[in-house]
Amino acid sequence: MAVIDLANPTRFLQFANRAIPWLGGVTVVVFAFAINQAMVAPDDYQQGATVKIMFLHVPGAWLGMLAWGLMTIAALGTLVWRHPLADVTAKAAAPIGAAFTLMCLVTGSLWGRPMWGTYWVWDARLTSELILFLLYLGVIALWRTVEDPSRAARAVAILTLVGAIDLPIIKFSVDWWNTLHQPASVFRLAAPTIDPSILIPLLIMTAAFTLLFATLLLAAMRNEILRRRVRALRLMQASAVS
Amino acid sequence: MEATSHMAFIVAAYAAAGAVVGGLTAWVMLDYRVQLGRLADLEKRGFARRSASAASAPPAERAREKS
Amino acid sequence: MSPLAAILFRDLRIAVRVGGGALIGVLFFLVVVTLTPFALGPDIALLQRIGPAILWLAALLASLLALDRLFAADHQDGSLDLILMGRAPLELVVAAKALAHWLTTGLPLIIAAPLIGLLLNLDGRAEAALVLTFLVGTPALTFIGLIGAAIAVTLRRGGLLLAVLVLPLTVPVLIFGVAAANAAMVGPVPFGTPFTILCALTLASLVVGPFAAAAALRQEME
Repeated sequence: MAVIDLANPTRFLQFANRAIPWLGGVTVVVFAFAINQAMVAPDDYQQGATVKIMFLHVPGAWLGMLAWGLMTIAALGTLVWRHPLADVTAKAAAPIGAAFTLMCLVTGSLWGRPMWGTYWVWDARLTSELILFLLYLGVIALWRTVEDPSRAARAVAILTLVGAIDLPIIKFSVDWWNTLHQPASVFRLAAPTIDPSILIPLLIMTAAFTLLFATLLLAAMRNEILRRRVRALRLMQASAVS
Repeated sequence: MEATSHMAFIVAAYAAAGAVVGGLTAWVMLDYRVQLGRLADLEKRGFARRSASAASAPPAERAREKS
Repeated sequence: MSPLAAILFRDLRIAVRVGGGALIGVLFFLVVVTLTPFALGPDIALLQRIGPAILWLAALLASLLALDRLFAADHQDGSLDLILMGRAPLELVVAAKALAHWLTTGLPLIIAAPLIGLLLNLDGRAEAALVLTFLVGTPALTFIGLIGAAIAVTLRRGGLLLAVLVLPLTVPVLIFGVAAANAAMVGPVPFGTPFTILCALTLASLVVGPFAAAAALRQEME
């Protein structure tokens, strides 16, 4: 069965039913390892144990942006190819991306209070991340406002494409503006500037969270396909009562 | 080093992350059960997908029988 | 189930459904608060000082924009006519709808306010005072808005006119809400003075709102 066969919702359901338990199990195992590594990681010489919040904050930011990127590709699938699974992917990814963005904002806020004395500051990176959260909420609101799923998908697709401009702004905000937030230390053209003893646990945590994201996304996509079936059957039911 | 006074923030951050992850997982799992329940309910009333109802009576007739 | 309870639960259920519009108010509230530093500059001290005022303005606007869904949907599908012909007193029915509206618009604002107050660097006391003023003041916003919503019910594009009608009536609530929140933050004036006046305004609106709205509905729907 080629990957393209997954485009059929029924085949996707079969794939999801097999994949989700397996993926979930792998996620739990990797998480157990990741949390263990995070706990035994050494304290930062400046920040002490507080640096361990980074192991939550960075994956949250990464996944929040990954989810919107996924939604952007799905948006193209909806608008250009009218791909059946593109709508489902976009709708399923939105709440998950919003949740991880919220996690990034909250953990960042809790990290900022002891480190820099304030829960929030309106600098470029924090503001653009907050804007991303607002964009997520707007997309979710739009999904819930338009009743017909296909029309909703097209409206959301346009909003998603426009909102994608925020992603490079977030990424490069620490370079373009003077900010309180620290500059890029992992994804740089030169080597990462974090010490390996902290970088490795960070990467493992990121991997664990990404696996969690994949599991949740598949499960949410499955739910969405089932929800559409329910809707179709209910419409059939409403027209059958005579 | 004020590492100990920061412990509250570290715990709070991990608790918040746990709440987010837990909430997401719970929502996804609950939604799954709800949708399966609705599908089962509709199937009981005779409304199944065309592929599934190939062997049974057409839904419209079934509905007329039941109402 | 009494007809009033039935109306209450029906409105609650509609509000949380697709297209219902609950929680959109909170999103708008968050957006407006996010916009203010772009307009004012990110000066934390300034934002902290005018924080309660910004939050109250944002809550007021969010409540106003949500008023549309009090009567518009019911008017469009004819339920409003049925309600008017029913036996339950119109004033009470209208109050039940207002209660449902507040539960789905005002209450989320109250819950969101402390979190959003963090964005403006409000401290604990200011936040507590703000939440109290919201708790007491948002019902007033809903019940006063009820009047404008009833007056504008037959208009098709009544949204903005509705806001214009209601805004002057809500000014006292705004004044005393902000005054109370600020009093807790800085002022020589004790928190209680403007707060009790705010309570009085709300209590009055709980009575005047439904009566005025019912009268307006009867007029409009003849």
